[in-house]
Amino acid sequence: MKLGYFPGCSQTGTAKEYDISLRKVVEKLGASFDEIQDWTCCGATSAHVTNHLLANSLSMRNIALAEQQGLDDIVAPCAACYNRLVLSQHEIQTQPELKREVELVLDKKLGKEIKVMNLIELFIKIGLDKISENKKTELKNLKVACYYGCLLVRPAAITHFDDAEQPTSMESIVELTGAKPVDWNYKVECCGAAHTLARRDIVLDLSKKILDDAKEHGANVMVVACPMCHSNLDMRQRAMKREYPDHKDFPVLYLTELLGLALGMDEKELGINKHTVEFKYNELPADKAAV
Amino acid sequence: MKIGVFICHCGENIGRTVDCPRVAKACEWLPGVEVSLDYKYMCSDPGQNMIKDEIKKKKLDAIVVGSCSPHMHEKTFRKAAVDAGINPFLVEIANLREHCSWVHDDIDSATDKAIDLVRMAIEKVKRNQPLTTIEVPVTKRTLVIGGGIAGIQAALDVANAGYEVVLVEKEPSIGGHMSQLSETFPTLDCSQCILTPRMVEVYQHPRIKLMTYSEVEKVEGFIGNFNVTIRKKARHIDEDKCTGCGLCITKCPTKKKAFNSFEENLAYRPAVYVPFPQAVPNIPVIDETVCMYYKNGKCGMCVKVCGREAINFDQKDTMVTEEVGAIIVATGYKLYKIDKKPDDSPIKGYGEYGYGKYKDVVDGLQFERIASASGPTSGEFKRPSDGKEPKKIVFIQCVGSRDESKGFSYCSKICCMYTAKHAMLYKHKVHDGEAYVFYMDIRSGGKMYDEFVRRAIEEDGVKYIRGRVSKISEKDGKYIVKGEDTIAGMPVEIDADMVVLATAMIAQQDASELAQTIGIPYDKYGFYNEAHPKLRPIESTTGGVFLAGACQSPKDIPESVAMASAAAAKALVLFGSDKLEREPVVAYVNESLCAGCFYCKKVCPYGAVEVKELKDRNGVVYKEVAYVNTGLCQGCGTCTATCPSKSVELAGFNNEEIFAQIAAL
Repeated sequence: MKLGYFPGCSQTGTAKEYDISLRKVVEKLGASFDEIQDWTCCGATSAHVTNHLLANSLSMRNIALAEQQGLDDIVAPCAACYNRLVLSQHEIQTQPELKREVELVLDKKLGKEIKVMNLIELFIKIGLDKISENKKTELKNLKVACYYGCLLVRPAAITHFDDAEQPTSMESIVELTGAKPVDWNYKVECCGAAHTLARRDIVLDLSKKILDDAKEHGANVMVVACPMCHSNLDMRQRAMKREYPDHKDFPVLYLTELLGLALGMDEKELGINKHTVEFKYNELPADKAAV
Repeated sequence: MKIGVFICHCGENIGRTVDCPRVAKACEWLPGVEVSLDYKYMCSDPGQNMIKDEIKKKKLDAIVVGSCSPHMHEKTFRKAAVDAGINPFLVEIANLREHCSWVHDDIDSATDKAIDLVRMAIEKVKRNQPLTTIEVPVTKRTLVIGGGIAGIQAALDVANAGYEVVLVEKEPSIGGHMSQLSETFPTLDCSQCILTPRMVEVYQHPRIKLMTYSEVEKVEGFIGNFNVTIRKKARHIDEDKCTGCGLCITKCPTKKKAFNSFEENLAYRPAVYVPFPQAVPNIPVIDETVCMYYKNGKCGMCVKVCGREAINFDQKDTMVTEEVGAIIVATGYKLYKIDKKPDDSPIKGYGEYGYGKYKDVVDGLQFERIASASGPTSGEFKRPSDGKEPKKIVFIQCVGSRDESKGFSYCSKICCMYTAKHAMLYKHKVHDGEAYVFYMDIRSGGKMYDEFVRRAIEEDGVKYIRGRVSKISEKDGKYIVKGEDTIAGMPVEIDADMVVLATAMIAQQDASELAQTIGIPYDKYGFYNEAHPKLRPIESTTGGVFLAGACQSPKDIPESVAMASAAAAKALVLFGSDKLEREPVVAYVNESLCAGCFYCKKVCPYGAVEVKELKDRNGVVYKEVAYVNTGLCQGCGTCTATCPSKSVELAGFNNEEIFAQIAAL
């Protein structure tokens, strides 16, 4: 199965390990990626709050490139990219005037509809049974808090994917690895997102609440599907410790890394050693409750 | 034939866009037209007099009035024609206002169209037959559907005026939602205490036939002459023998088999039960779904203890038919639940409030039961999960109401008031407790209503926060309520012991089915539509069917009671005369043409077409033809459109008349 791939900027920088683990897992599951050639920014963060036309043009440029390349569907592993691309498609479809403007900017006719998939939709497309078939390790020591963040399932009316308030799709994938998802409160709360640069205090407060709630509900690892969330929840833990001295490290993995472990790859191979908070599956205390 | 044409300016309503003098002038020369005039207000006294004078002076046979919609003034002009001595059905209205001037802006073309409309009416009136109105008798009995406070009030008013009432209630007892309430706003008097005397009065009234545990199955007929089929569901207890001693209930071994819906599922009930101690009638019902006898044929404890041999496991549903002249619909409302709805549902449920999975997040009616002295906690404030007294309660208003994305766009109207009442009742009993109310606006219009809310805030110290709640989550037995204080511009977080949601009042689940059974219109939410929002708020558009209470839109008790009395008055108006006049616009059959295919019988929505046998002089049947019962026919014309041989015609709208109208265009 060949799938279009839109990495997005994070995948080449702060979330390098997301990119690495995603490519390896997808390969292991028997699919391959066709990266969009000459892809650019999706319009997230700065563009979409400053210039509506620019933001939509950036998104649609990438989609137009995918179309040119003959792709039917593209994977956007970053939740922000996914959200931007899906939203732009929706706006272009519902606003003919905007579509005309974007076509003028891009000097291209926007043609067929391309299905944009987030990480979870990707695995559903590949087939969840493939994960069970290729599983090497039963991750029975893990109790996982699945964190969706704000963008993956919202706005529900446009993404048409899972419940916006009580989503469960990530849990159904995590269960396949033998890990046990926990029921907790903060799966769709905001981590502070791009405030990480300008208002670090907000991010520390929000992210700490998310981590604490996961711990309180018995999780020993958190799984995410968004590079922005990951950088706030993982990378900011050092600052969190300075701000809240009683804070204890809590590992945060990408969903792809968790799957990689279950498919028999090691931490180094998956890039988990690049995280701020160390995670080694074999060094976890064996958990009786989860057996 | 001499025809008079009268063109009305309707002030400026028609005159602004239609050149009325030109219309009148153009019609003057049409064949058959004797006189053609225009006037500023044809419906005024001078206008009507002008018509009458012209009829007499020019000896007119028929008239055409170019004016507003026939819904408005057809009656007026027919009356004028009758006064001047011509048959009222020789009057035709050309609708120059709603169909022409109001919807166009170009004077020239609007005037041309107006002339065409009048020409069509002239061609029709030339072929109109004089008709006489039909008189039908009135059955002076009323059916009241729903035994809540509105139904009770309507039934009592009609019965006290001296007419018989059949009161049908689908639950085992009358009383409705009002019997579940603890206290009522704005006086805080006990709901049961003011309601139960009315319930007993209904039960004892010689002119009220009470049918509980019954549902309306079929409604046939028309105003003054309805034929209603009612399903009496099997109680499995003989109503005539039962004394209501309650032994069967106390001895029933299935103590906690089913949720007690009267207690809003906060308690259990046995298989044989009365909904609440003051139930009227005080006759239990056996719930087949949980009774051991229906499971394995054993038990029968109730049979053993009943001294009156009233238990009858073999009882079946029975059908009862009642003849009534008026129907009052008072089926009430139900509360919206926040649970997850099916994917294809237009309403979504509240995932942010946990889709109802938190036990101590309750709705308004559940809180009423907790606050009620007769409720599962005997009026002590104990939360459902662990029975502890909540020290901090958060009340959230507008859950499902005024929320298009999750629920309904309308305001449920009563929640501001009952939330203030709830918070007040709680503060009166738990003095050290804290009560918070999240609100959008306070809508407390009504006598002593706003004073009541102020009292909650100022005297009882209820803390009102303007803003919405974004999330409720559970943490160590507390409910973390996250919201926004839009006045302070700050996010707020309250760790509450209990949360009360003022969920929307919505139409009964089967509201639309009942509406279709009776034949009344309803809106997109399932609330029944009134005939006119301002001038006919009590009547449905179906003659003889009146509305009372929250089945029409969310209402509190005083409003429901007022509407019920109004509906009763409307029924009594109907009973003021012995005969009803009906328009003679009914279908008739040309028997010599009719081939007896009876397609008309199949399509008639009113069951008005019957089979008639034609006999020769020896009394031998030589042909079967259709026959229209003019009492039942509503003049819809479905049969005339269906008839393959064109042998059914509608009086006043026969084919010749209609085709002439079209040909004139």
